[in-house]
Amino acid sequence: MIRLVLLLVALALPAAQPARAEEIVLGLSRDEVAITATFDGSEILIFGAVRREAPPPPNAAPLQVIVTVSGPLAPAMVRRKERRAGIWTNTEAFEVDAAPSFYAVATTAPLAQVLTATEDLRHAVSIPRAIRAVGNRIAGAGDYVSALVRIREDADVYRLQEGAVDLEEETLFRTSLALPANLVEGNYTTRIFLTREGAVVDSYETVIGVQKVGIERWLYNFAQERAALYGLMSLALAIMAGWAASAAFAGWRR
Amino acid sequence: MQLYLPIAEVSVNIFLILGLGGLVGVLSGMFGVGGGFLITPLLFFAGIPPAVAVATSPNQIVASSFSALLGHLRRRTVDITMGSVLLVGGLAGSALGMVVFNWLRARGQVDLLVELSYVIFLGTVGAMMFVESVNALVKSRRPGARPKRRRHNWVHALPLKMKFRVSGLYISMIPPLLVGLAVGVLAAIMGVGGGFVMVPAMIYLLGMPTKVVIGTSLFQIIFVTAFTTMLHAITNQTVDIALALLLIAGGVVGAQLGSRIGARMRAEQLRILLALLVLAVCGQLALGLVLRPAELYEIELVDAA
Repeated sequence: MIRLVLLLVALALPAAQPARAEEIVLGLSRDEVAITATFDGSEILIFGAVRREAPPPPNAAPLQVIVTVSGPLAPAMVRRKERRAGIWTNTEAFEVDAAPSFYAVATTAPLAQVLTATEDLRHAVSIPRAIRAVGNRIAGAGDYVSALVRIREDADVYRLQEGAVDLEEETLFRTSLALPANLVEGNYTTRIFLTREGAVVDSYETVIGVQKVGIERWLYNFAQERAALYGLMSLALAIMAGWAASAAFAGWRR
Repeated sequence: MQLYLPIAEVSVNIFLILGLGGLVGVLSGMFGVGGGFLITPLLFFAGIPPAVAVATSPNQIVASSFSALLGHLRRRTVDITMGSVLLVGGLAGSALGMVVFNWLRARGQVDLLVELSYVIFLGTVGAMMFVESVNALVKSRRPGARPKRRRHNWVHALPLKMKFRVSGLYISMIPPLLVGLAVGVLAAIMGVGGGFVMVPAMIYLLGMPTKVVIGTSLFQIIFVTAFTTMLHAITNQTVDIALALLLIAGGVVGAQLGSRIGARMRAEQLRILLALLVLAVCGQLALGLVLRPAELYEIELVDAA
């Protein structure tokens, strides 16, 4: 299979311009997402153009575009329940070292047509490949990894959006991505791939920064850096609120 | 209306959380239970990460208990002497319970143990209360029935006797200390204030009048939950103050309503309702243990420390 692809690449190369005949020029509607107190998800427009030195050969396969956005990586423990003495209990567990908190793949056509399995393996594009690629020891843990993917797909934080990228005249592409309301802070790696006949022609990588701002930032830092003071403040607020409500009701009753 | 919680890192509907706080506040004011055994599962259901839910609900319980306690203080239904003795036992118990909890966690299976102890304790306590209070209600309805005289049992034979004037008791301080200790251990293991064990223990073991029990339990719960809040804030940084404030706003109002409703109801009726509530939660947990779950796998986030 690899040989076949290499052969195809070798055949394609002389026909096209030497190295990177087609290049991505990218635009983002925003490269920073600010999480404010009223944050309720966010839409990001990812768009760009394909720059080429010469027009593509007339008999070339159609150009395809893949866009992936990956949230920050974090370890996750996947536990499995089993029935023991009539009770469902956690039995075995497996720790996935680094799973993205969010992962979305958007393409111009069904992923299987846009990207070959080999290229998927090399660039770790599809959801299962992306999870397996990040240095995870997964021998004998296939069930756990698929469970992780399944649960997160159900929660809509792992998404495959086939056909969600619009490509016009093989030059201009755009897709919009809805980031969920339960967004985690961090750097969201955005990758764009151009493919022809399932092989990657060019790729581009950039980062969208997601950060808490204003009072959200302040409270978070306060809780982290002055934990004892933060705890006391929480208690003081609780006592004050309790007293205020009691006093208000006592007055109302009279 | 949505609000993004800074520590929980999720966006929630403000009115949903206010409502949850209010509901638990009503129960807290009526029965003198902190409601920790209800609010934590409800928060899971609302999509709050477990670590944050467990750490934040004690903070809310401090507020609603304090609000309800003030109502009880005004009506002089708090036995502060008894509360202090229980508290001394309780703090010692929670320290001991923390040790037990960590020992269990090192062996895994702590979740199962917590759930099993919930089912066993809630089931026993709920069933006992239900039977007793139905009996009491039936007896009081019968015409010509005399109020039963308080029995003298082994509790009254112990040394170190103390006068608990509000409760109208003259008993040794050893039983309250032991009750406090046991509840403290349970509270630390199960992650709750322990009101649902404390209230029946005060009624049936110590023989305190029901009206005084609720205020006294609230008094003790405030200190235990304040201690828990500080512990979580310092060790895990998982107390979400925005979430707590929403719960508190709903909770303090609910607690005021609850303590009014409680004051107008008969003690037996109050106990039957609490017994039914405790049994319902117990049944729910038991079903969760026995029925096949829809998803056999679950994901737990690990700190990248």
